[in-house]
Amino acid sequence: MAVKKNLYTKRESGRAMDEVRPMTAKVGVVPSADGSAIFETGKTKAIAVVRGPRTLHPQHMQNPKNGVLRVNYGMMPFSVEDRIRPGPNRRSEEISKVTEWALSSVVDLSEFPNTVVDVFIQIPQADAGTRVAGINAAAMALAHAGIPMKEMVSAIGVGKIDKSLVVDLDKYEDSLFHDGEGSTDIPMVFTSRTKNLALLQLDGKISIPEFKETIELAKKACEKILVVQMEALKNVNGENGAPKGVPLEGNNG
Amino acid sequence: MVIEKRQIVIPGETLVSGNEYLPGDGAYRDGGDVVAGRYGIMNIFEKHVRVIPVSGAYYPRRGNTIIGTIVDITFNGWLIDFGGAQNAFLPVAEVPRYINRNEMREYLDFGEAVVVKVWDVKSRGVDLSMKMRGFGKIEGGMIISVSPNKVPRIIGKEGSMVKMIKDATGCSITVGQNGKVWISGNDSDKELATKKIIEFIVAHATITGLTEKVEKFIKKLGLKVNSPEIIAENTDGESEQNVGEDNE
Repeated sequence: MAVKKNLYTKRESGRAMDEVRPMTAKVGVVPSADGSAIFETGKTKAIAVVRGPRTLHPQHMQNPKNGVLRVNYGMMPFSVEDRIRPGPNRRSEEISKVTEWALSSVVDLSEFPNTVVDVFIQIPQADAGTRVAGINAAAMALAHAGIPMKEMVSAIGVGKIDKSLVVDLDKYEDSLFHDGEGSTDIPMVFTSRTKNLALLQLDGKISIPEFKETIELAKKACEKILVVQMEALKNVNGENGAPKGVPLEGNNG
Repeated sequence: MVIEKRQIVIPGETLVSGNEYLPGDGAYRDGGDVVAGRYGIMNIFEKHVRVIPVSGAYYPRRGNTIIGTIVDITFNGWLIDFGGAQNAFLPVAEVPRYINRNEMREYLDFGEAVVVKVWDVKSRGVDLSMKMRGFGKIEGGMIISVSPNKVPRIIGKEGSMVKMIKDATGCSITVGQNGKVWISGNDSDKELATKKIIEFIVAHATITGLTEKVEKFIKKLGLKVNSPEIIAENTDGESEQNVGEDNE
């Protein structure tokens, strides 16, 4: 069988194969919440709000050993071109669950038995990679809410478009490119300190050597994301994002 | 040697390296490093490393003064909601007078507010006490809610800020560490002025020279400030100690 030519040698967006979309992040975007953050990559936007720890009802869901982490992910009706029917659906339930699992590996709620920490993730604008953007925002919001965490998490989607390995797939690469071998999307979550994998999902086909390579690509991309997250958390100043009640060094005149 | 350093840290960040350091609240040990276990400001005091929270919900600590409302009455005490994760319990025995157990509502009824002390924080809940001076049922005045993280700024260094407001308005002010402030005075105009001043402090909590700004604001409201010697003291550096002190 003749080896077919790679059909995706140049990215549609003009980015390098391992280039992440431009990112911005901010914490404290919802002042009434205990913690909140917004994370944007390219055209994808995710807002995360943390409320709690607070008493969990109904009582039978309480855990007397540990607090419960509860994640709720949802896309806003106007987040994509076609209207999304609001409310839970199969996809959003799945993403809520995997986000919950990814975050539980770093969040330590043993100090708050019988309580719940609610994380709400909303996507006002979607351009692929919403679950990873949601996880990035949620990690920042949890930190901002003062929830005890062993470390941070950063998330990235890597994948294979035809024969090329690419980092941070956008909408075109994720769902509009069907030529050749098609597209494979692998969202991954890495912890910030121990560099452990906290989440891995695989949607599509990929060979084992290529898969190993994507893990390395994701690790590198997560380093870049972590920098953005840390900047956002460290440079809160003056505005509503400020850590309340504390003047910061050097930037308050 | 005393190292005093202030810097915002993020969970998972190495605070210091070396086995001589001890991880305190909000920090944990990982090999030779002391690592932040929470988002906040790093505080190193005599090899004791901790992270002071700067945002988020209120976590009760033993010794805190808090203001809450009665949400339930059991056979041996009252359940009090103070805006935290759990409800707090005030036993009959921790009330400074004899209570007839059949008529507990006579003393503290549903919805009534109390100033209480956190006696103990257990995994199951918080135990309270009222058996000291300055604690008891709230009658008259108003309770306002602020962010619990801004409480140290309202209090000021050794209570200087609260004292200044008290002197200016003549109202009594009780600041709960849970972010509830009880203002009570003879005159509702004075109470409203006090509320405005506290809201001003909260809105400007992150700026330096806050005391002077508050002083100006008080004068703008047509009130007098009569303790100018405090003003020079409250600088940026000192407010940090308040953050520490109030969390102990």
